[in-house]
Amino acid sequence: MTQYIVLSAILFTIGCVGVLTRRNAIVVFMCVELMLNASNLALVTFARQHGNLDGQVAAFFVRVVAAAEVVIGLAIIMTIFRTRRSASVDDASLLKY
Amino acid sequence: MTNIFLEGATHGAGEIPVVAPVAADGVFSLLWLVIGLPLLGALVLLAIAPMASKAFDRFGHYLGTATVAGSFLLSLVLFVRLLGSDAGERQVRQHLFTWFESGSIRADMDLLLDPLSVLFLLLITGVGSLIHVYSIGYMEHDPRRRRFFGYLNLFVASMLMVVLAANFVGVFLGWEGVGLASYLLIGFWQHRPSAAAAQKKAFITNRVGDIGLSLGIAAMFATFGTTDFAKVSELSGQASEGMINTIGLLLLLAAAAKSAQVPLQGWLLDAMEGPTPVSALIHAATMVTAGVYLVVRSNFIFEHAQWAQTAVVVVAVVTLLAGAIIGCAKDDIKRVLAGSTMSQIGYMMLAAGLGPVGYPFAIFHLLTHGFFKANMFLGAGSVMHGMNDDVDMRHYGALTKAMPVTFVTFAMGYLAIIGFPGFSGFWSKDKIIESALAENVWVGLLALLGAGITGYYMTRLMIMTFTSPARWDDDVDPHESPKVMTVPLIVLAALSVLGGVLLIGNWIVDFLTPVTGVAEHHEPPLPAIVITLIVTAVVAVGVLVAFFLVHKREIPREAPQDVSFLTRAARKDLYGDAINDAVFTRPGLAMAGGLTTVDRHVVDGLVEGGSSATGGLSEVLRKLQNGFVRSYALSLLAGALVVVLALLAVNLG
Repeated sequence: MTQYIVLSAILFTIGCVGVLTRRNAIVVFMCVELMLNASNLALVTFARQHGNLDGQVAAFFVRVVAAAEVVIGLAIIMTIFRTRRSASVDDASLLKY
Repeated sequence: MTNIFLEGATHGAGEIPVVAPVAADGVFSLLWLVIGLPLLGALVLLAIAPMASKAFDRFGHYLGTATVAGSFLLSLVLFVRLLGSDAGERQVRQHLFTWFESGSIRADMDLLLDPLSVLFLLLITGVGSLIHVYSIGYMEHDPRRRRFFGYLNLFVASMLMVVLAANFVGVFLGWEGVGLASYLLIGFWQHRPSAAAAQKKAFITNRVGDIGLSLGIAAMFATFGTTDFAKVSELSGQASEGMINTIGLLLLLAAAAKSAQVPLQGWLLDAMEGPTPVSALIHAATMVTAGVYLVVRSNFIFEHAQWAQTAVVVVAVVTLLAGAIIGCAKDDIKRVLAGSTMSQIGYMMLAAGLGPVGYPFAIFHLLTHGFFKANMFLGAGSVMHGMNDDVDMRHYGALTKAMPVTFVTFAMGYLAIIGFPGFSGFWSKDKIIESALAENVWVGLLALLGAGITGYYMTRLMIMTFTSPARWDDDVDPHESPKVMTVPLIVLAALSVLGGVLLIGNWIVDFLTPVTGVAEHHEPPLPAIVITLIVTAVVAVGVLVAFFLVHKREIPREAPQDVSFLTRAARKDLYGDAINDAVFTRPGLAMAGGLTTVDRHVVDGLVEGGSSATGGLSEVLRKLQNGFVRSYALSLLAGALVVVLALLAVNLG
């Protein structure tokens, strides 16, 4: 069991660091996915541990949300790239004070 | 203490009689009509007439005059009936209705008719009627004559309320009514800024006095539980000395404002802005006499309040000299008369401050003064009428021929006020000075000095107006006034001459004794006849001084500017306004300014400071929204970490 949790933590940390450090929007997006799936892994592991289906159900919800997020997020990234010729998240900083 | 009061019927010297009226019956039950008639007149002329029709403008003045004349006739009947009853039973109370009742405080609308109030009734309605008749002529060309008569009626009705009320709350009602009516009348020609200013001054000064009266009433409720004359006069001996003196001083404040006594004298001189009949009404029959009435009526309080009584005398002496000095320097004929009123009211107050020995003479002088001062004011109005409403005596002169009736009647008033032997003022003023000398030599001497100054300024007025060479403006054609104006003058002149008959056989003193109490007799330092001679001599000196200073010299048309300090001070009303300005107005303005600053910077500062602090903070905080997604993510992470750590700390710790 512990190994699954450790793997999940490692994956989550990698994703987290990736979101915070990378500029490319696609990579950031991938890192977000990584974090979501790391948490999915943790949820499934705990479900197995406790012997009920709550965690499994929650993981399903996460995947549904992630799918929707991918659809919308990629569309946004595409649009931004088309107008600005750049996929850097730091360039898209107009929405501020 | 109480027992002595209960034996009120057998007055001995030094006792203060209790007010113990009997219920009104017979003709006395019409007492309320004395107030009711002028009040009805005021109501019709002021409230109903504007709604009804223009016809009131044509005969409104007759209605106004008729109501007051009716009041006068009724007063005369009541007076005769009162004379017919025994001396001890000349007090009648009519209960109209309970005005208000709240807890233990109760004010009845009661009227009290006794020798004191009946004399006032006769003066107010009698002189009031004559002034009404005169006003028909004087205000002939004024488009608002109906309204003027409405105000006059209101004035008379309020004044009657003052003198007929059987408790201090009722007096207060009339007191306020007089203040309102004087405000309306002084500023009747409100299109003139000076008149508008004068009416405000009179109103505000009177407010100061009203504070005195209302606090006095409150103090009476607190001390005696009632303000009814009958009960207060019974209980006044039981109040503590401090309390009774406080009440006395508060009443004095009220009286000083209405009677234009120092330091509240300023409004009277400015009140000359009103139409002349108003000046006559204010100065002779109503308003200024209210203060004297209040002091005499409150004898049961002042007799126990030695400090307050002394204060009355001091105020009176200061006023009678100040008024006389002001009268010496003024060139405006009405203002000279106003200064003289101040001075004469000072005499009355002085007498009223002397106690039972002076009360009858205060009222006596008030009556004679009512006659001759009304006479002279209306005479001055008649002069102005013929001189294109010019009031500057330096533009008069040689009017003896042009206005014979005005001159002769005015001369009667003149002889009466200076105290020419045989005329009414001679008897009344002489008695006051004699009583004052008997009480306190210095007070008496100052009153004597005042009499001399009176001789001077009145002679100066006569010379400048009537006997000196003509100094008229070119377009002036002096003429005698119409009959409707001269007839009241003649009647008043006759009264000025004959007013002294009231003293025959000491009648007025005996008549008033049931109200004012029997005086402890003090022997004056000199025999009465010698005092009379001295008074007459002092007056003669004043007249002679005026003769040599005014008559023997040429009177310039412009007032000379290189004059003594005293003259300059007197022209400025002895700096009364300047003192008020320095002591009250300017500190008041400074305080108001200070409060505004505090309000603007401290109170508003707190509110506005709070909002601007919020604004400033948000200005700083919005910098956090920098548009960099990754920094948002970092703060998200930080927040999540904090939440997790907090959860851990709570769960594990």
